[in-house]
Order: sequence, then C-alpha cells, then structure tokens
Amino acid sequence: MNRLSWFNTVSLTLGFAFLYIPMIILIIFSFNESKLVTVWAGFSTKWYGELVQNEAFLDAAWVTVRVAVFSSTLATVLGTAAAYVLVRGGRFFGRTLFSGMIYAPLVMPEVITGLSLLLLFIGIGLDRGILTIVLAHTTFSMCFVSVVVSSRLVTFDQSLEEAALDLGCSSAQAFRLVTLPIIAPAVISGWLLAFTLSLDDLVIASFTSGPSATTLPIKIFSAVRLGVSPEINALSTIMIAVVTVGVVTASLVTKRAMMRQRQDEMAAERAE
Amino acid sequence: MRRAFLIAVPYVWLLALFMVPFFIVLKISLSDTALAIPPYTPTLDLSQGWAGIKEFFSQLDLENFVWLTEDDLYWKAYLSSVKIALISTVLTLIVGYPIAYGMARAPEEWRPTLMMLVILPFWTSFLIRVYAWMGILSEGGYLNQLLLWTGIISTPLTILNTNTAVYIGIVYTYLPFMILPIYSALERMDGSLIEAAEDLGCSRVQAFWLVTIPLSRPGIIAGCFLVMIPVIGEFVIPSLLGGSGTLMIGKVLWEEFFSNRDWPVASAVAVVLLLILIIPIVLFQRNQQKQTEAEQ
Repeated sequence: MNRLSWFNTVSLTLGFAFLYIPMIILIIFSFNESKLVTVWAGFSTKWYGELVQNEAFLDAAWVTVRVAVFSSTLATVLGTAAAYVLVRGGRFFGRTLFSGMIYAPLVMPEVITGLSLLLLFIGIGLDRGILTIVLAHTTFSMCFVSVVVSSRLVTFDQSLEEAALDLGCSSAQAFRLVTLPIIAPAVISGWLLAFTLSLDDLVIASFTSGPSATTLPIKIFSAVRLGVSPEINALSTIMIAVVTVGVVTASLVTKRAMMRQRQDEMAAERAE
Repeated sequence: MRRAFLIAVPYVWLLALFMVPFFIVLKISLSDTALAIPPYTPTLDLSQGWAGIKEFFSQLDLENFVWLTEDDLYWKAYLSSVKIALISTVLTLIVGYPIAYGMARAPEEWRPTLMMLVILPFWTSFLIRVYAWMGILSEGGYLNQLLLWTGIISTPLTILNTNTAVYIGIVYTYLPFMILPIYSALERMDGSLIEAAEDLGCSRVQAFWLVTIPLSRPGIIAGCFLVMIPVIGEFVIPSLLGGSGTLMIGKVLWEEFFSNRDWPVASAVAVVLLLILIIPIVLFQRNQQKQTEAEQ
C-alpha cells in the first residue's frame, strides 16, 4: 500500500522545491561580489567580513540571544507545569479559562499581544528594555511549550508513574525519576521552539522594547524595508546555518534517546 | 499543596500577562487621545477615592469606535484582511494537502526525514523567509530574469508590492502549519480502509474523496484555523511584500500606534479585531480539545 504514485512523487518534489529554492537562492547570493543582490558578479565572502564589523548588528544579536535564553528557559518551566496541570491536574476551578489562555496565544495576532503587553508595562510603570521583552516572550512561548509537552504527556503510559508510587516513591520522586526522563525529549524540543520563537519575533519585540534594547529582527526589519541587501543575505545565511545545525543535531539526539528507550522497554519485556 | 502551587504559577502568570492586558486595551480604547505621557485621558486617580473612580468612568465613551465606522479606511481594512486570509487559507490548503498526502504515503523510513524537511523552514526566521521573496519577485528579480530568459514574457512583471506577492508570501510562510496537522491525521489513518473501499468498487479517485478526505478532516480544520487566524492580523508580510494598495488591519494598527501615536484608536482597532477573531479562536480551541480528548 505504501507505494508512491506519480502524483505523490510530483507533489512532494514540487512542494519541497517551493519550500527550499527561495532559501537556496538567498544563500547563493550572499556570496555575491556585487552590491546589486540580483545580479551575479562572482564569488566573494566580503559581505560576511562587513557583517562582523557591523557593531549595531552585533549588539542587537547579543541582546536577542540573551532575551531568547532567559525567556525560553522560563517558558519551559512554566509551560511544562501548565501541561502537567492540564493533562494530569484533574478538575479545578477555572480549568476552561486556563486551557483557553494556553491555546489562544497560539493563534493570537502578534500586533494585539504586543500592543496589550506594552500598555500593561506602561500602566505599571515598567521601563521598556530587555526585561519587558523577556516577560512578553515568555508569555507567548510558554503556551507553545505547553502544547508540545502535553502532546507527549497524553501518549504516556500512566501506569509507570503509578508503579513508581507503589514501589515507595514520593510524587516528587516519581516525577523526577520516571515522568521527567520520559517527557524529556518533548521538554527539550519545547525549549528549542521557545528559543527560536524568541529569536524570530519582530512584532512583539517592537512593541515591548525600548531604545536601550534593540533586537536583531528589529534591526533586520528596518534594513530590509529599504530593499534587498547583500549584508542581510549574509546574516540570513548564518542564521539559517545555525538553525539547520541545531535542528538536525536535536533530532538526532532525540532519535537516539527514543531508540535507547525502546531498547530498554524491550529488555524489560524479555526480563519478564 | 504542591498541586495548588503547580496550578497557580502558570495560571497567575497568564492572567497577569495575557488576560489583564486585554482589559487595559479595552479601557484605553474607550479613552480620548491627549497630548500627554501616556498619550490618552482619563487616567485613574485613586488618591481622590470614590469620586476619582466615578470621574474616571464618566469620561470613558465609545467615540473611537464611532470613528472606526465613520472613516471607511478601517472597515475596508478589516474586510480586505478577512478576504486575504480566506483566499490564502484555501491556497495553502491546495498547496499543502498533496504534500501532506505524499508524506503519509511515503515509505515509513523516509517519513522522519520528510517531516524534518517540513519543520526546518518553520524553525528558520519568519522575517528571513519573507525577505527571500523580495529578491525573487522584484522587477529585476530572479523570477523575472528567468521568465525573460526563457522568453515566456518580454517585459518584466510587477509582482512585488502587489497582493499577489502577499498571497505567495503567506502560502510560503504558513505552509508547515497546514502540512503538519493534515499529515498527522493522514498518518494515523488505517490503509486497509482504502483497500476496502477499492474492493467494494470505488475507483482510486472515489476512494480518495469518500474515505481519505473525510478521515483527514480534523487535520484540515486545524490547519485552516492555524493559517487563517494569524493571517488576519498579519503585519510583516503586507508591509514587506504588499504595496500601498494592500490594506490589512495589522498594518493599520501598527501605523496608528507607531506613526500617528494615537493609542486610543490603535486600541479600538485591536478590540474590534479581537471581536472578529473570537469566533474562529473558540472554534479552534473546541477542535483542539476534542482531538486531545479523543487521543486520551
């Protein structure tokens, strides 16, 4: 049954071509000698050299990375707790509102989230800067973490936790020794997702940042508004490379972890 | 005790940073613009006690909402955002479904790789993916160069800064959101159902329409919501790929706030946008909950 028809083959080929050709062109033209991005004039790495000397971009990149590290870590803790509560918490007062607040930010237009958070920060007199961006990013990315982690929690065999409790674990020990190792791949991919969402965000950061903290997307956006530039192509290529290496490594690591888990399970079955 | 703590921390966080801000937006949308910091009036003055609170509420009015209905820029922007979102959702579905279908029919050992190939662009910066199309679609861009070189056209096409470019940008950037839910619905599907349909006399095409499509419906619904809802408020794509004729409410809100510095009107625009989105958001959430419960 699993045979690809010609239709499947054509749609997969065209689909992936559509997804990848724009980025491949972008990467190729980052090595273009000419300042005119759309005309090839020979191979050169000079735009990378200029990029490294561009203090404004480097400062913005540093701000962005710090914001992403703080907000994704905080979002992972909060999002995992929220997922655990949603899947295992049973009924509690305001559960519908809670799950609504988890799902709504996933589709909420960024302009609304950004505007509302900005008005909150001004209302309570919080100066806009790195702290406010971290708070804003944590809020929307914790919902993504929560969705990723809860999808792992629902497929997870609850009798394992019960066995640990029967064997004398406290509930905290059962969580640390049984639940956490099993959901760890989901928690890690949740963290990675939160991290990239934060790196990526333009709109919410534009609303919640102050003059003291400009993030990389804000810088890129104001440069890109004026048109295509080879320096931005070089910057994009670096970002694409970092993401590709990160995603491929992460998926290999999770694959290996899952294989080890399966081996353990099989060994346990054989031992029975 | 521990359970209460576990519930309370994310709950309070979301209440304070997601729920409360909406009420602030609502309040400011009822205020008036003022040349002050912050640039609106009234501000709540608790030092005067009850009189101050009464004074505060008496100054709130629906003036900004009346303004939204009087200036046809706003309702045209809402309508055109909804129209662009609907059309691009359908386009994304048409492009995305065959890809998801092909992935689900691919040999099992290919699927993780194909899955990663779909997810990879999703992890790459949104801004960069939109930017990539600026070089392709511009007057002297790669697409025009290719078409001129092959002789399909004799004068360059104007695509960048039109609605066509906006549609291309939306389909491109939101495609993974459509593919992934459809793929996960199709992958779970029992292949023997198709065989049964074919044994019972369906042609391949009939089996596809009568069995595959209905069974992938939850995925289609989730994918369509995941594309349509955020696109209505989209800002980056219309401002980079769209032109002066591209009217989208996310862009209007941004300009109202950053260029005109009219916070009350920007807030009113946000409130109305939210009212428009509440129906699809609630439907989306229902759909997700139903699916989660079905999996449990």
